[in-house]
Amino acid sequence: MIKQYETVFIATPVLSDSQMKEAAAKYTSLIKENGGEIVNEENWGLKQLAYPINKKTTGFYYLIEFKADTQFVATLETQYRRDERIIRFLTFAMDKNAVAYAEKRRNKSKKEE
Amino acid sequence: MAQNNEIRYLNPPKVDIRKKKYCRFKKAGIKYVDYKDPEFLKKFLNEQGKILPRRITGTSLKFQRKVSQAIKRARHLALLPYVTDLLK
Repeated sequence: MIKQYETVFIATPVLSDSQMKEAAAKYTSLIKENGGEIVNEENWGLKQLAYPINKKTTGFYYLIEFKADTQFVATLETQYRRDERIIRFLTFAMDKNAVAYAEKRRNKSKKEE
Repeated sequence: MAQNNEIRYLNPPKVDIRKKKYCRFKKAGIKYVDYKDPEFLKKFLNEQGKILPRRITGTSLKFQRKVSQAIKRARHLALLPYVTDLLK
């Protein structure tokens, strides 16, 4: 059953910008391979963390909104756990209010550009 | 004869008129509480970063659950601190 998900992950600040892009590309391609479809991607870049996560106070935030099958989320999360560059991740199943909100947010950000 | 001993105050006693609390989500028609923007969620946290009770914020039970769920997700993603001394 295809549902819409939203996943945010934080990568360690120690890796360079290119490695960060490569990590993000790895997950987007993983989603595409497993029959998922990317709706939106956002790179929030280097941000200050509210509390240190394993001795690091900043991290690269990356958001991916995608539609995928329900079984796929488990594989995505095992990939996150195996990858030592990712220090924290959160996947979130979006209900219809969340989808509408994300839609509005995307149009708003497009208007600002 | 002292029935009509209405006491005249110099200035009328200020009984604090209780402001009618309302749920800002129902009034504003917000349906979804986003866990990704900490600025909005900070309105529901006190200085220590703890979630404010409903009797203070006046939100309805349905939206208080959504707000606390969003705050816990934001804390997991380090967008909001679990505990801090001065948040505002």
